[in-house]
Amino acid sequence: MRKSRTLNLGTGSFVLLGFASLFFLTTQTTSRGLAWFGPPRYELTAKFDNVGDLKVGAPVSMSGVEIGRVAKIDFDSKDYKAVVQLRLNERYNKIPTDSDASIYTQGLLGGKFIGITAGGADTYLKDMDHIDFTQSAFVLENLIGQVLANFTKSKADAQNPVPADPKAPEKTK
Amino acid sequence: MFKELWESFTDALEGLGSVVHFLFRLVVHSPSALLRFNLISQQIFNSGALSLVIIMLSGLFVGMVLGLQGFQLLQRFGSEEALGTAATIGLVKELGPVVTALLFAGRAGTALASELGLMRATDQISAMEMMAVDPIQRVVVPRFLGGVISMPLLAAIFCVIGIYGAQLIGVQIMGVDSGSFWSQMRAAVGLKDVMEGIVKSLIFGVACSLIAVYQGYYATPTAEGVGRATTRTVVTSAVVILFLDYLITAAFL
Repeated sequence: MRKSRTLNLGTGSFVLLGFASLFFLTTQTTSRGLAWFGPPRYELTAKFDNVGDLKVGAPVSMSGVEIGRVAKIDFDSKDYKAVVQLRLNERYNKIPTDSDASIYTQGLLGGKFIGITAGGADTYLKDMDHIDFTQSAFVLENLIGQVLANFTKSKADAQNPVPADPKAPEKTK
Repeated sequence: MFKELWESFTDALEGLGSVVHFLFRLVVHSPSALLRFNLISQQIFNSGALSLVIIMLSGLFVGMVLGLQGFQLLQRFGSEEALGTAATIGLVKELGPVVTALLFAGRAGTALASELGLMRATDQISAMEMMAVDPIQRVVVPRFLGGVISMPLLAAIFCVIGIYGAQLIGVQIMGVDSGSFWSQMRAAVGLKDVMEGIVKSLIFGVACSLIAVYQGYYATPTAEGVGRATTRTVVTSAVVILFLDYLITAAFL
């Protein structure tokens, strides 16, 4: 009887330790798990022309302080825009209704995040509200395309091919 | 020569077939074995709780090595804060399940195989059959289920201890900021990564326990046969674990 008691005690503590570890792995090392026990949240939506490579779970920040995360990214086939659902901490519920949301890049080549700049209205956004003013992601390829287009246009405008020819390849570098 | 090759090929196929057949027998007997839970609980103690010390020690050292190596590498790019992410992803997805399964095969698998092999050699299994007690149900299935239940728990414990080992080296000794260590980890590690680790450890648990139990049950009933069964358990388990690891990783990509 004594032996079976220590045996069950050992088995029990092993199983308890194992499940505690599983719980730790799923809740403490991932961001997903924290949401179950985290502070209460509320949700906003915003429509963007282009979200670039914004990912679900990307941070939403205001003045550089993280106030929530991107919950869902969807495509609206009526006006051909990306619909981004933001899940914000209930603590930060004083965001003016005329605030604007922009997509920024962390560092030069880092991941995308959403920055909210406060507006001046004295009414605040509530759960399921919509942010009207948005600014799309900065897409590096488009910018390069624009620079190249401007460059060739200005070259055509100059219309003096003799000195422009040797200089042009230097500039593109 | 071709005939010999062909024979060894058919032998291998036959072995694979009998392992699969054995697995089916174990699965069929599992529900009734679950009713006698104290038998399984005893085996969880034998293969799980008794492996705890080696698993925890190895986890600590693997984590510490990851912390040290990761720090040296990440320092070159000035991103030491990513150490938590690197160590956790490495542990949870790959090192945790694989190293735990290899240790499990060495610690618990050999014990299972030699125990069953010795039972076979000393005619205990035949005696049970004489008394109309099904040895599969009474002896083999509890050992198999005990291993299957223990393995994911051991892998999870290994990962947690490893993460704290990496934290010990990275944060306490090398001076990585504790807040960014944990917050970057939480931002980068997804539930999918953890699920991959759990699925891996479950499948490895089934494979390791099955191989150990099969080798022991069908061991040649001599001293030499038991020794060979034990060796085969470790070798086969190691190869099968690494092969399955590749398959599961590819499936989760």
